[in-house]
Amino acid sequence: MRHVISVLVENEAGVLSRVAGLFAARGFNIESLTVAPAGDEQTSRITLVSEGDDEIIEQIIKQLNKLIPVIHVVDLTEGAHVERELMLVKVTAEKEVRAEVLRIADIFRSRVVDATPNSFMIEVTGDATKLDACLELLKPLGVIELVRTGQVALSRGNRGMIKN
Amino acid sequence: MELTGAEIIVRSLLDLGVRHVFGYPGGSVLHIYDAIFKTPEIQHILCRHEQGAVHAADGYARVTGEVGVALVTSGPGATNALTGLATANMDSIPLVCLTGQVPVDLIGNDAFQEADTVGITRSCTKHNFLVRHVADLARVLREAFHIARTGRPGPVVVDLPKDVTAARCDYVHTDGEVKIRSYNPTVIGNSRQVKKAVAMLLESSRPMIYTGGGVILANAAPELTRFTRLLGAPITNTLMGLGGFPATDPQFVGMLGMHGTYEANMAVSHCDLLVAIGARFDDRVTGKISQFAPSAKIIHVDIDPTSISKNVKVHLPIVGDVKNVLGQMNALLEAQGARDHQPDLKPWWDQIQSWRDKHCLNYTQKQDWIQPQFVIETLNRLTRSEAIVATDVGQHQMWAAQFYPFDRPRYWLTSGGLGTMGYGLPAAMGAKVARPDETVLLITGDGSIQMNIQELATCRQFHIPVKIAILNNNYLGMVRQWQEIFYEGRYSHSHMAFGPDFVKLAEAYGAVGLRATRPEEVEPVIKKALEIDNTVVMDFRVAEESNVYPMVPAGKALNEMILL
Ligand SMILES: Cc1cc2nc3c(=O)[nH]c(=O)nc-3n(C[C@H](O)[C@H](O)[C@H](O)COP(=O)(O)OP(=O)(O)OC[C@H]3O[C@@H](n4cnc5c(N)ncnc54)[C@H](O)[C@@H]3O)c2cc1C
Ligand SMILES: Cc1ncc(C[n+]2csc(CCOP(=O)(O)OP(=O)(O)O)c2C)c(N)n1
Ligand SMILES: [Mg+2]
Repeated sequence: MRHVISVLVENEAGVLSRVAGLFAARGFNIESLTVAPAGDEQTSRITLVSEGDDEIIEQIIKQLNKLIPVIHVVDLTEGAHVERELMLVKVTAEKEVRAEVLRIADIFRSRVVDATPNSFMIEVTGDATKLDACLELLKPLGVIELVRTGQVALSRGNRGMIKN
Repeated sequence: MELTGAEIIVRSLLDLGVRHVFGYPGGSVLHIYDAIFKTPEIQHILCRHEQGAVHAADGYARVTGEVGVALVTSGPGATNALTGLATANMDSIPLVCLTGQVPVDLIGNDAFQEADTVGITRSCTKHNFLVRHVADLARVLREAFHIARTGRPGPVVVDLPKDVTAARCDYVHTDGEVKIRSYNPTVIGNSRQVKKAVAMLLESSRPMIYTGGGVILANAAPELTRFTRLLGAPITNTLMGLGGFPATDPQFVGMLGMHGTYEANMAVSHCDLLVAIGARFDDRVTGKISQFAPSAKIIHVDIDPTSISKNVKVHLPIVGDVKNVLGQMNALLEAQGARDHQPDLKPWWDQIQSWRDKHCLNYTQKQDWIQPQFVIETLNRLTRSEAIVATDVGQHQMWAAQFYPFDRPRYWLTSGGLGTMGYGLPAAMGAKVARPDETVLLITGDGSIQMNIQELATCRQFHIPVKIAILNNNYLGMVRQWQEIFYEGRYSHSHMAFGPDFVKLAEAYGAVGLRATRPEEVEPVIKKALEIDNTVVMDFRVAEESNVYPMVPAGKALNEMILL
């Protein structure tokens, strides 16, 4: 099963390589990984998406917790949570299809963030399935290149990851 | 008080209680060496190779339970230290290794003797630090020692750029607990889990206790002995757990696993409850995992959650320090009436006796060739089972585990997890530095001893009189044994057709060399070696093709042991 794991870490040099190194050394799979400061100077938040049976996910969580600069680990898939990913797609858009591209963009509530006489860049946000669906429709029109951020996620409700 | 980084390092070591450092100098640690020169309270032991320095610190840590300290230079010093770090990491040994580094501004420039030490050591240490500012130095050192010795212990590297060791900064002595918000090992067992465990113990009619290195690391031998007595169950130790329970006690059934005893492996295969305490279900122990303890419920006590249900799914996990958890369980077992309803264990013990009757460790010492087992039995007799014993890796290591009984913890030093040939001599040296009044024996092979033999010079320079017994079979014996059994006797490159004259070699190093080639020479050689106040190398020319039995072939179940 696919799991979204949120990891709160000390914002210090080398943390990312500890996490990435752990996955490489133990042969755990990573579908996506994002990292950025978590709102204060001291902590960063890593969101990891991994695939594996229950035993493997249990080991992944335990091994992450064992890394010294890791403050807290939560498997968000265990509860209600919100997932988001951002994608930028550059599509060819010659005269005949410009309207079609804009219509697709509209369906997915995405925005055009750059335009040339024969292309658009579209910004789409949503969970992974929404991004996939959008991409399916855009592909026949000619996708030049794209980039996705990987999932970020938070649990629903009024509680944070660590109780204060 | 304003001090240089180097002085802060030495002061911090003193304040942390360090009295011995094993090291090897070089350009990037010269400031530190200068500070050591001015600090007579710290005894520095100049090893002959950085691997030796780290193994020596490891041996020191294993016998004392304190953090061993090694100091090496940047680049090649750090890379030479790697095998020592990986060895300590696999066996959870508390070490701090200080490594020199090029000045901060040069890091990443392929500077002279630069290595990405933090990158290279990440996966073979518990943690590592690069100190970029002298102001962080004292705190990082305290954290390094704290991390090394608490929780599941392990080696920690502190990488020290040369300019940081020259920069000046205020040093204030700080006492008290180190607090790291992201590092809080669980040490007390969950009381509900402990209660459940005790209930399971008291229901079992075929209980079996299986303990490992965690008991030694936690200094929990007294609690384990109490626990085992209270329960009345048979107990086995892993290779790393030897000495956690007295080997000469009738409840002890020997080591388990690949070269464990028949009775231990059969008992594990037939028990209805397996209590694993500070052991990690290594593949040398479990054999074929699907048939490991097939009829047992498993309780697992371990301080490291990653050890639990990693290889074998357990029914009742208890995360905590074994010393505490055993104390918690003992209190419940001691409570009045607790044991009144425990099933009769006599049928179980009768069954165990029938396995014991196979005498699986039997061998015959004939008139001609010295049997390696006989050497160890004689060493044991003449040291009255009281020596600190270090080993290298191979057949001699297994025979030492089988034939030298340990009644106390921290008398047995062996590289179990990594299986590092070359570990023995420096480890024995570190042990002897820590325990100068004890007899320290090294049981080694003709292959292994050559991997760190240079440390004989260290023994000589610092008067560290360890007694070295080489079971010289002219072979990489353990490799040869596998080739004999699994490759139809094709001895591909396991024959060491040429070896040095170990007696002369010992003499070249200023040590004493002795040789025994016939069975009747074994005892006099050992007696003489024990009397001499110097490092002694005993070259025992043993039967070349003896095998270690019993044996569980790789991939087979524990009850499919090959007996002799
Ligand atoms: C040639 C060769 C042959 C071998 N054959 C055998 C064999 O036949 N039998 C055998 O047993 N081994 C054998 N070994 C050794 C084997 O490879 C492993 O090193 C060994 O079995 C591991 O021992 P352990 O399970 O006690 O774990 P250790 O490596 O000692 O680990 C200790 C465990 O205790 C935990 N722990 C640490 N501190 C605490 C604490 N304070 N509280 C609670 N838990 C704690 C740790 O988290 C860890 O899980 C052999 C090795 C070699 C080189
Ligand atoms: C550094 C290292 N290299 C290789 C091995 C593989 N190995 C395991 S046992 C062994 C043979 C050891 O020979 P010796 O020291 O003579 O001991 P014996 O088995 O003959 O008692 C070898 C090569 C190892 N464990 N460590
Ligand atoms: Mg040999």
